[in-house]
Amino acid sequence: MADKITHISGHAVPIEGDEIDTDRIMPARFLKEITFDKMGEYLFYDARFDSDGNPLEFPLNEDRFKDASIMVVHNNFGCGSSREHAPQAIKRYGFNAIIGESFAEIFLGNCRSLGVPAVMMLRPEINALMEELDSNPSLDVSLDLEAMTVSYSDKVVPIALSDQNRSAFLEGTWNSLAMLQANDEAINTTASNLGYFSNFE
Amino acid sequence: MAEHTLYNNVWNLHKVAQLATGADQLLIGLHLVHEVTSPQAFAALKEQGKSIKFPNRTYATMDHIIPTDVIARPYQDPQAELMGATLEKNANEFGIQFFGRQSGKQGIVHVLGPELGLTQPGMTIACGDSHTSTHGAFGALAFGIGTTEVHHVMQTQTLSLIPLKVRRVEVNGSLETGVYAKDVILKIIEKLGVKGGIGFVYEYAGSVFESMSMEERMTVCNMSIEGGARIGYINPDDTTFEYVSGREFAPKGQAFDKALSYWKSIQSRPDAEYDDIVTFDASDIEPMVTWGINPGQGVGISEQLPDPAQFSGADRRTLEEAFDYMSLQPGQSMAGVPIDVAFIGSCTNSRISDLREVAHVLDGRRVSESVKTLVVPGSQQVKSQAEAEGLDKIFTAAGAEWREPGCSMCLAMNPDKLIGNQVCASSSNRNFMGRQGSATGRTLLMSPAMVAAAAVKGHVTDVRQLLEGY
Ligand code: SF4
Repeated sequence: MADKITHISGHAVPIEGDEIDTDRIMPARFLKEITFDKMGEYLFYDARFDSDGNPLEFPLNEDRFKDASIMVVHNNFGCGSSREHAPQAIKRYGFNAIIGESFAEIFLGNCRSLGVPAVMMLRPEINALMEELDSNPSLDVSLDLEAMTVSYSDKVVPIALSDQNRSAFLEGTWNSLAMLQANDEAINTTASNLGYFSNFE
Repeated sequence: MAEHTLYNNVWNLHKVAQLATGADQLLIGLHLVHEVTSPQAFAALKEQGKSIKFPNRTYATMDHIIPTDVIARPYQDPQAELMGATLEKNANEFGIQFFGRQSGKQGIVHVLGPELGLTQPGMTIACGDSHTSTHGAFGALAFGIGTTEVHHVMQTQTLSLIPLKVRRVEVNGSLETGVYAKDVILKIIEKLGVKGGIGFVYEYAGSVFESMSMEERMTVCNMSIEGGARIGYINPDDTTFEYVSGREFAPKGQAFDKALSYWKSIQSRPDAEYDDIVTFDASDIEPMVTWGINPGQGVGISEQLPDPAQFSGADRRTLEEAFDYMSLQPGQSMAGVPIDVAFIGSCTNSRISDLREVAHVLDGRRVSESVKTLVVPGSQQVKSQAEAEGLDKIFTAAGAEWREPGCSMCLAMNPDKLIGNQVCASSSNRNFMGRQGSATGRTLLMSPAMVAAAAVKGHVTDVRQLLEGY
């Protein structure tokens, strides 16, 4: 069984903008590798560097956010491709959690599988947190999956996360493989009840 | 929650158990594998000494990185060669059928599954690719998954999933000449938004979908994910059954009859309940073009681009960012916007009927000198069919390049890429920043016929003006 994930705290970086797609998080040309090992280096590559490799203006390039371990984002983050390379890059770069207004479905599932909680907060609260981070980048942000809150300064803000994903983090079953394997017999029964598993012969 | 829809029916038949987390464990009936999202999953199996639980329910092909011009092995790109060789080796070691170029059946995974008869109604279908929603055209629950989940399917043939809501998306009436399936789905996404489908399955219904061919239905379901819906489907009917019948992997003889009764049994019942219903009128749909940086930023060819000044907050910022990236002006029309590249291909629009529409527009015409035009068939079978019909001759006579099958410039993991800030009229499905291989490249999504028309004129144009008798 994997680690239980109940509390995550650290510094945070705001990445503003709606519909940040997985092509932006991880450009396709970096998918030509047969392991995920180097994905962290490619995170947001085209937003971070120009075509000559010179750094561009982007939060991840700012010194003041360099030890951030929580990403704060807006709406429909991670839309587009199913590439797990995107959340793999986020995790390998050093992020342990993402707080956003909403997430694309496949991305959300990938984050859960990797043990990176992606939790939702209302837009005004996201904006308030982003503003606070802008003026105080070394703010301590703390995510509590038991209480379902994010706290910073003297604020305690409610978050949303599906019951199923919350329970997967709290119980340490976010990689569901062991649970799935345990039902091997039921898997075989379900398959044998479906004619197409035997080509309707 | 929805009840008695095809989604509910198929889900219930494939539900293995409820897990301790409260999520459902769902059996996957067909697992499709390609070279980009599978190597880490195969490696995990190897590391743990595990095998694939149902190798005969698992099929692999190469599509994303495969070159479409120089196809000799080893590929010129050593990384592409490594990915290709890795998949081939994995498929052999794990005993799954692999459709490489030698097979004569290789193609984009979402073109290949349906055309081989692997894709059938009432199945659950997963693939490490978000456009797996394409297969929903057959009345299957088909969806994209990440690589960890690919590993789960390989080892257990199941996934942990959270049930979704069902929205019925009806389009009634009939489409005008020059308005295609692509325009219908671009319109739906423009109206419902790129995140409108989050948490929903889309059931497409109404006379427009009923009278569509299977290939047109695939175009629609393909782009469900661009509207935020992980799954989109159309209830199977005679059009579906006729399409599947006789294909290589389709059941034959008595088995087909049994299959047919299963396929009919999973259709949405007349008394089905939905979480939401939206309706569109086909006569409101004209040829569509995207102008921005997500597939929801589309307009009809006769319409004007929105003005960010009329929006506030985040919506305004999103629009401004799109105008800035695309170098377009509020209030302008897309007609007349010059293009540098025309791309006809991708799992949305690279099937034989798409190529026929393109040939219809290009026949007897030349593409503009200034436009590089690529026609990339979706599979080797599509390619042979097109050549048997002489379509390739029409394309090359018009000055377009006729390529080998693959994803090509849809995501530009192979040598087919935009350069600098080129503008590409594209029959693919994503116009994200940098999507077509250049960090500053610009993509305009439209139907294949509209791409062909733009290639001829050198700028975006209403294809209806090039169609006879319009
Ligand atoms: S054609 Fe494009 S969208 Fe379709 S599978 Fe290939 S890369 Fe993905």
